[in-house]
Amino acid sequence: MSEPEVTTEGVSHPDTELPDPVSGEQYDEPSPSGTSRGLVIETSEGAQELFPRRQTDPDELRREAGAVLRLPEGVVVNADDIDIEQTDDETMIINMGPQHPSTHGVLRLMIELDGETVLRTKPVIGYLHTGMEKTAEELTYVQGSTNVTRMDYLSPLHNELVLSLAVEALLGVEMPARADWIRMLLVELNRVSSHLMWMATNGMDHASTSMMIYGFREREMILAFFEKTTGLRMNHNFIRPGGTAADLPDGWEDDVTIICDTVLPRLDEYDELLTGQPLFRQRSEGVGNLSAEEALALSLTGPLLRSTGVPWDLRRSMPYLRYDEVEFDVIVGTFGDNFDRYSIRLNEIRESIRIIRQVVEKMPAGDYRVQDKKVTPPPRGRIDESMEALIHHFKVFTEGFRVPEGEVYVATESPRGELGCYLVSDGGPKPFRMHIRGPSFVNLQGLPLMMRGGLLADAVVACSSVDPVMGEVDR
Amino acid sequence: MARRRLGAAPEILFPTRVQYLDVVGSLKDEGFETCADLCAVDYLTHPGRTLPDGVVAERFEVVVNLLSLSQVRRVRVRVQVPAGDAECPTLFDLYPGTEAMEREAYDLFGIVFTGHPDMTRILLPEDWEGHPLRKDYGVGRVPVQFKGAPGPR
Repeated sequence: MSEPEVTTEGVSHPDTELPDPVSGEQYDEPSPSGTSRGLVIETSEGAQELFPRRQTDPDELRREAGAVLRLPEGVVVNADDIDIEQTDDETMIINMGPQHPSTHGVLRLMIELDGETVLRTKPVIGYLHTGMEKTAEELTYVQGSTNVTRMDYLSPLHNELVLSLAVEALLGVEMPARADWIRMLLVELNRVSSHLMWMATNGMDHASTSMMIYGFREREMILAFFEKTTGLRMNHNFIRPGGTAADLPDGWEDDVTIICDTVLPRLDEYDELLTGQPLFRQRSEGVGNLSAEEALALSLTGPLLRSTGVPWDLRRSMPYLRYDEVEFDVIVGTFGDNFDRYSIRLNEIRESIRIIRQVVEKMPAGDYRVQDKKVTPPPRGRIDESMEALIHHFKVFTEGFRVPEGEVYVATESPRGELGCYLVSDGGPKPFRMHIRGPSFVNLQGLPLMMRGGLLADAVVACSSVDPVMGEVDR
Repeated sequence: MARRRLGAAPEILFPTRVQYLDVVGSLKDEGFETCADLCAVDYLTHPGRTLPDGVVAERFEVVVNLLSLSQVRRVRVRVQVPAGDAECPTLFDLYPGTEAMEREAYDLFGIVFTGHPDMTRILLPEDWEGHPLRKDYGVGRVPVQFKGAPGPR
């Protein structure tokens, strides 16, 4: 009888099987991090926590006019307003999160409180980090959209779009008109569903549970249309480099028109439910204020920037797709407070519906993907009758297509702000480096500033009005 | 109508590390109000990339995308950072919004931004070893690290 021999070799971690950094020698100094010892030495173990006042540099306290806000001294706040003499026993540092109903995901906020007033805040993130940018380097361009679509899971089509636009910019291919219009239809529907989701959760943070039910109810209609079109409610992988995965389903005009006709009057109901309510206004007006200078200094974009009165919307300022051929208004606020951000998002739903209606009218006939043999797999019918088509199809999906060497930065306007993609290609079938500039990641920097000096109860609402999606923050 | 292609012919600057702060500072004075993005690239396995004359290719590159809202234009600044001395001055004093982005580049690439007020990890736990987006960081090489994972009971 022969028993299977037990070996421990299989389970040992291949520590020694590092990729040989041969090409590193072409630089001045080869990398010292070839061994894990080198990596340990390079790693600094700085804590990410918010430290008590006595352990914090006075400069830092002054600079932290809003905790981690970290504007250089004097930009925002009069330095005299910061009481650096305040002792630790007068204040208290508490944790909100990582699991908290109002943190919209796995976000940990360390908040220093003086009584009920928020002094400093530090968002601690990374709980959802799964190394998606590293994963992207292992996937071909065709597979790439399955990866990025999982970043901002409330607006997956925007993520797919920005990657596709970046790849197409490097390839130098031009999309047929219908592909552009289909993409516009889908991302605008996605913007509506994302904003509805925000209305729902923001209502929840204001303790308006009815708003939460309504927001989810309306969003469900759009997700049902996405399911009909793409096969999935979320993480569609529908917008791909070279066009879209398929054409729109039969009767899509009716579906979309029904969605528009239903959502639009319901927005008026929200107006009655929230906008006109004195309690809601008192809780949101003048809370979480930002100025335009602060927003620009902190690189904030999207509704946060527009709420301060800066009319910056990439769809208008730097048009992509066919946004220069449709009419819509850029919604701008005045005071930069929570109420402005609420109204901006509410009215952006109206504008998106306006765009969607124009797309339904103007949708051209034609192909939904580019007919470039290098990028596009052959149609299904051809595979049955042509060996070459079969091989071609196989090559596109296994090896992928090659993208010329180069680097490009493409930015689009997602529901949360500037969603950018920096893509570097070395001429191979996989991205050499793909970096996603997530608007939530950057916008989170505004949170300490918005929360400073407010009450703890308002902190919940301020956090909600940033609209962070943690999948995108942590990537 | 010929459509404008995205990313076509962008303005790219290649300052050295010494010139970096001055170049970005003068760009800020020129009207680039905000820093849209900052990230790093590890060119370890792609050394022969195309660079303009006079720019010495190094292993790392810090890429900064500045945005001017008033002039509606973007500019990209690419700084070469050598592997042996992976340091780069911080843009924090010019654009405070780079705070999280520089921490991310430090976390994932190990590039230290000198002068940054809080050069700590941001996405990974603080006791993580190595910088995963480096090209010589083998995928699956390190067992998944959990901070303070308890025993079975």
